[in-house]
Amino acid sequence: MSETVLHVEDLRTSFFTRKGVVKAVDGVSFHVDEGETLGIVGESGCGKTVTGLSILRLLPEPAARIVGGRVLLEGTDLLKLDKRKMRAYRGKAVSMILQDPMTSLNPVYSIGNQIAEAVRLHRNLPESMVRHEVISALKLVKIPSPEMILQQHPFQLSGGMRQRVVGAIAMSCHPRLLIADEPTTALDATIQAQYIALFKEIQQQTNVAIIFITHDFGVVATMCHRVGVMYAGKIVETASTRDIFKSPRHPYTAALIDSVPRLDRKDERLYSIEGQPPSMMNLPRGCRFRPRCTDTCLPVCSEQEPPEVQIGDSHSVACWKVA
Amino acid sequence: MARGERDNGSARRARIMMQVTFIVPVVILALFVLTAIFAPVIAPHLPTKTSMPHRLLPPFFVEGGSTAYLLGTDLVGRDILSRVLYGARISLSVSLLVIFITGAVGTIVGIIAGYMGGTTDTIIMRTTDASLAIPQILIALLLAVTLGPSFKTIVLALSILGWAPYARLIRGEALRLREADFVAQARIIGSSSLRTMIVHIFPNVVNPLIVIATMMVGLVILMEAALSYLGAGIPPTTPSWGGMVSDGRNLIDRAWWISFFPGLAIGLVVLSGNFLGDWIRDKLDPRLRQL
Amino acid sequence: MADILLEGRNLTKHYPVTKGLLQHTVGWVRAVDGVSFAVERGKTLSLVGESGAGKTTTAKAVLLLEKPTSGSILFNGKDLNEFSPSQLKTEYRARVQAVQQNPWSSMNPRMRVRDIVAEPLVVNTKQSRKETRARVSELLEQVGLRPDHGGLYPHEFSGGQRQRIAVARALALNPSLVVLDEPVSALDVSIRAQIMNLLKDLQAQHNLSYMVIAHNLATVRYMSHTVAIMYLGQIVEYGEAEPLFEKPLHPYTRALISASLLTLPEDEAEGAQQIVLSGEMPSPLNPPPGCRFHTRCTESSSTCAEVAPELRPLGKQMVRCHHYDD
Repeated sequence: MSETVLHVEDLRTSFFTRKGVVKAVDGVSFHVDEGETLGIVGESGCGKTVTGLSILRLLPEPAARIVGGRVLLEGTDLLKLDKRKMRAYRGKAVSMILQDPMTSLNPVYSIGNQIAEAVRLHRNLPESMVRHEVISALKLVKIPSPEMILQQHPFQLSGGMRQRVVGAIAMSCHPRLLIADEPTTALDATIQAQYIALFKEIQQQTNVAIIFITHDFGVVATMCHRVGVMYAGKIVETASTRDIFKSPRHPYTAALIDSVPRLDRKDERLYSIEGQPPSMMNLPRGCRFRPRCTDTCLPVCSEQEPPEVQIGDSHSVACWKVA
Repeated sequence: MARGERDNGSARRARIMMQVTFIVPVVILALFVLTAIFAPVIAPHLPTKTSMPHRLLPPFFVEGGSTAYLLGTDLVGRDILSRVLYGARISLSVSLLVIFITGAVGTIVGIIAGYMGGTTDTIIMRTTDASLAIPQILIALLLAVTLGPSFKTIVLALSILGWAPYARLIRGEALRLREADFVAQARIIGSSSLRTMIVHIFPNVVNPLIVIATMMVGLVILMEAALSYLGAGIPPTTPSWGGMVSDGRNLIDRAWWISFFPGLAIGLVVLSGNFLGDWIRDKLDPRLRQL
Repeated sequence: MADILLEGRNLTKHYPVTKGLLQHTVGWVRAVDGVSFAVERGKTLSLVGESGAGKTTTAKAVLLLEKPTSGSILFNGKDLNEFSPSQLKTEYRARVQAVQQNPWSSMNPRMRVRDIVAEPLVVNTKQSRKETRARVSELLEQVGLRPDHGGLYPHEFSGGQRQRIAVARALALNPSLVVLDEPVSALDVSIRAQIMNLLKDLQAQHNLSYMVIAHNLATVRYMSHTVAIMYLGQIVEYGEAEPLFEKPLHPYTRALISASLLTLPEDEAEGAQQIVLSGEMPSPLNPPPGCRFHTRCTESSSTCAEVAPELRPLGKQMVRCHHYDD
């Protein structure tokens, strides 16, 4: 029975703007165990990136603030830590990889320097050991000839290599949890496949828990053990990857999967979900997906938001018709 | 404003600061523009009227001063307040005219250089570099000596090299915009280079142009003041702030007000222009925008 | 006999790499190296590949944004090199339009939507303002928007809606061919289907030909009649979409398909092997000798490292690979 590394309970994050309050994350709960990858899937604006940033408390202030919930990392509530203690966790116990390898690395510092910075900040090692740790981190992400890479600068590397370096920085302090926000979106298909294979290996070696934020179902299928589907600030369905694909229960999940073209067969006509995600400042009453839901809706769908209901082994759905 | 949910205090404070840093400079500048326009109506005395019995009077709040001459008088009894008010006309009209001319020329030249590239760009940029390298004061003095000091001379003197900074900055913007997708799109539908520059490039450089121009207000006023101070600007009969500062320079110990008040006016306008420019730049910066 | 609208013959585009004060050429980036293709009237040809494959450069050549180093483009059978400049504008440019990848940067943020959609008409025709306005309303409705949307600015629309505006603009001149550069990759997953369906409907309605640049194979399979798989400036496999996807021949095609398929963990255990290529695409400055793909190919032999294979027909496809030489 693996240990739960992260437990998020009823997380709420809002953005305060001149035009109103945007409840970007509105009561999100999930957990991730060690050695497990949880995928958070959703489209732009659903709140998945904000969720990741909230866990690390990296939100742009003063516009955004976490307004409720708990984020328990191996029992410690990260939201209750003061800034200094949180900094000790960030980069060490919890690490993050972002989407764009171009801007994740500082163009004026060498690769070695950037990885060393992470090591020096978080681990109390004598200077002589730092270089050794940097090289181990590079070896972990399978960068060929790591000693040569140390002196190079980001512009000398390809996108795939840069993303590996970013991975090395993230893993250099042996985190318990790694949050990856669309790390493969900017990469080519074959490089993406390499990267995912690499991370699966790293996970097996280090037992790190991973939260993989993405909109790409292909990536979810290959990389994740469990998936949470987000829509308009809430999680609408959580299940094992297999169940999400083979038996999705929430209409949004099902519609989303149907609207993605398949490569293994010729689709005659793609299903397309009408309309667009709701404006986060003007949410409809009741279920947020109701305006676009093509199943016949019950009266309660327009009145109250559906609660998350467990419907099977680690499968939960927030839909009145499934309750 | 948020309803129901408590608003974020520090976000609100930041917004108020944004508004204050806009309102104060705008009000100050507006006041100066109004005084420039209505000087003949507001000024208590004619700026050129001398009055020997009342020379070197201090401002009214200092002992020995008089309420007839609120800010004091100069060596020949002319009212400082009236001269400052009339001086606004010169300073503001010179700077606005210069900014308009240099802005227009600089923008056109910059867009052509940035968009067309190649030899055109090289020629224009070398000319710009040369213009930036020549000290403006020198040219201005030369012109003043050859053409005689006058309103036209000073406008010419400040414009002849003043377009160069605009050209440089706008060229940078044009270079960036040239690579934009919508510019490629214009080519795809068959738009000519001239049309693309006017319809697509120009409207998108207006923002940086405004920021530069507001910041230049202060700079141009200072240059005009410097030239007048050196005697190469407006002839001394017409009051200009720079000239007034110059007039008072030998009397600083005995009659500080002669240089002080025109100097204060210059300072206020320059600072307001700079704050306004900062505000406009921040307002247009997408990163500071909220959702 | 297929009705061919646009044909590329042996297109090559090399960019010089210069060094030093006098800018002398030290090498060539062989972005596109001998690419031939044909777009049939009313059908879709997709150019597929990863970054550096040369598909965008090929598209730019078709759009006259780049001049090929050698090779020719034929439109309705006539070589573009034989068109006069004014013919190029009226007979080619007006018939070949584009939809770009990024719906946020492909429109002038300072122009209203109706002016954006009308611009091709303003530049190329002498229509009255009334006629233009009517046409713009018609176009907006065709793409699923409303005529009153014309008064708004691009930033007031979502990504999917902006792409619709881009399509409306592309259709303004009644083109024969629309070049679509990654038309849906910047959009949300649920919006992609909307736009792809719209494109297919418009194709059927107006007998439009499409040249689609894409890297997502599933999108390509849904949209295309013919597919060209590109690697490092060359076409490595070419043919009708269905046969190609059912039975991919080139090892690179197979790797691409494998990287794009949804493989659930237990499918993997059952033996649906994932093909993971090693290394990265080499630089087009210095393509590997022999077959350009041999450095990453799981099946390369010594011939592959020495002799460059030709694009040869095999069944319904054309493939550039020594394994099929016999």
